[in-house]
Amino acid sequence: MEITLTVNGRAQALELDPRTTLLDALRDHLQLTGTKKGCDHGQCGACTILLNGRRINACLTLAAMHEADEIATIEGLAPPDDPGALQAAFLHHDGFQCGYCTPGQIVSATGMLEEARAGWPSHVSPNLEAEVALDRSEVAERMSGNLCRCAAYTGIVEAILETAEQERDVEPREAAE
Amino acid sequence: MKPFDYVRADSPRSAVAAGGARARFIAGGTNLIDLMKLEVEAPERLVDISRLDLGGIGPAEGGGLRIGALASNADVAAAHAVRRDYPALARALLSGASGQIRNKATTGGNLLQRTRCPYFTDTSQPCNKRRPGKGCAAIGGHTRNHAILGATSHCIATHPSDMAVALRALDASVEIEGADGSRRRMTVGELYRLPGDAPDRDTTLEAGELITAVILPPPPAGAAQSYRKVRDRASYAFALVSLACVAKMEDGRIDQVALAFGGIAPVPWRDGAAEEALRGENPGPEVFEHAADILLADAERQGDNAFKIPLVRRLLKAELARATGTGDQR
Repeated sequence: MEITLTVNGRAQALELDPRTTLLDALRDHLQLTGTKKGCDHGQCGACTILLNGRRINACLTLAAMHEADEIATIEGLAPPDDPGALQAAFLHHDGFQCGYCTPGQIVSATGMLEEARAGWPSHVSPNLEAEVALDRSEVAERMSGNLCRCAAYTGIVEAILETAEQERDVEPREAAE
Repeated sequence: MKPFDYVRADSPRSAVAAGGARARFIAGGTNLIDLMKLEVEAPERLVDISRLDLGGIGPAEGGGLRIGALASNADVAAAHAVRRDYPALARALLSGASGQIRNKATTGGNLLQRTRCPYFTDTSQPCNKRRPGKGCAAIGGHTRNHAILGATSHCIATHPSDMAVALRALDASVEIEGADGSRRRMTVGELYRLPGDAPDRDTTLEAGELITAVILPPPPAGAAQSYRKVRDRASYAFALVSLACVAKMEDGRIDQVALAFGGIAPVPWRDGAAEEALRGENPGPEVFEHAADILLADAERQGDNAFKIPLVRRLLKAELARATGTGDQR
């Protein structure tokens, strides 16, 4: 079947078998191989992308279902020569070893920080209605859909917390201007 | 994955018209696509309902809350009305799956997700739920996650949803559109069926029927609500045992109580006799033990899940002590 996918702001027409997952469409048909295939069952998070700004597992959805959607992959977050704040923080805190899970970690963390900004509670939040205060346990809980087989979790959590703190420091200044 | 025809529905009516025994509705897809990859599910037609206007969360007639079948698990857990009035539901949703899956999985799909019994998803093993009449490889196999109540010699699988357990305790209903366009409502308790000798049928839905919404009754005023989940990992794991508790005290006695358990049965489990034994009583360890005796009277262990029997008892006692202010306040 013929479908048009809008990925990183660019609409592209594709001829696909209806069985094609969004992950396979990105990797095999659009050559966007930054999004990784790990388990292909939604357990590892290596395939995390943003669908209309929200993080999802690209392996657990069909490309055919996403004609009208905005899809963002790791390639769309920041150009290679100008890493975003999260990417820089992952470098600084050594948030990886082999790097295979890293695109999924960074895209997932991008979506997760947006969820925290919107005030969504998590399983470990003591109060469902209080403001979100990200700490190690909140980040670990909110990122539990992303596995790292090298177990670089210490650096991953540090990088995400640092990025969250930077945003918190920057936001009031921007508001004052 | 087996080939299928893909059709997009533009209304609930066109969806049910395209549905049927050999078709599957797809919305979030987080469970169905996984099962299709494994060829546990092989529908001839996939009816995409994800674009239907069924995602709203708003007041229901009579003071409750109406949650559209396509509302994502994340949106329901984040909705202020749910956090404020139905915290057991918010807690249950937040304890399930991962951030990515909660963003995609829908309310209707969560209700209709299939068991995570490993013999159900392993197509090299006999399974009466997957292929009726073939036998059950779980019986006598690895049974850590299996049922202690409501199981039969045909099937010992458990229902995996956390959300459905909270909805059961909150006396929620589902709104259903039938193949002929008719509408009906039933409680979440009535939605699920025990396996009996037909474990392939998880629910009482007819082929082609579509869940369009979940309806919560008005929040129980003055009642404490909780959802507590015991699992093998701190996050992103199914329940070994979970408990949704809604309890209200009046003059030092238990006035109302609803206890729904997950992880122990083929359906979200409630026992009216155990709840009746608590109503009107002064809360305390002996009363809680008595309710647990009633609840567990017919409990049957498999090889690896004997621990669930004392675990259910302890969870019941701990949550009731907390809800009634008579014990550990954590």
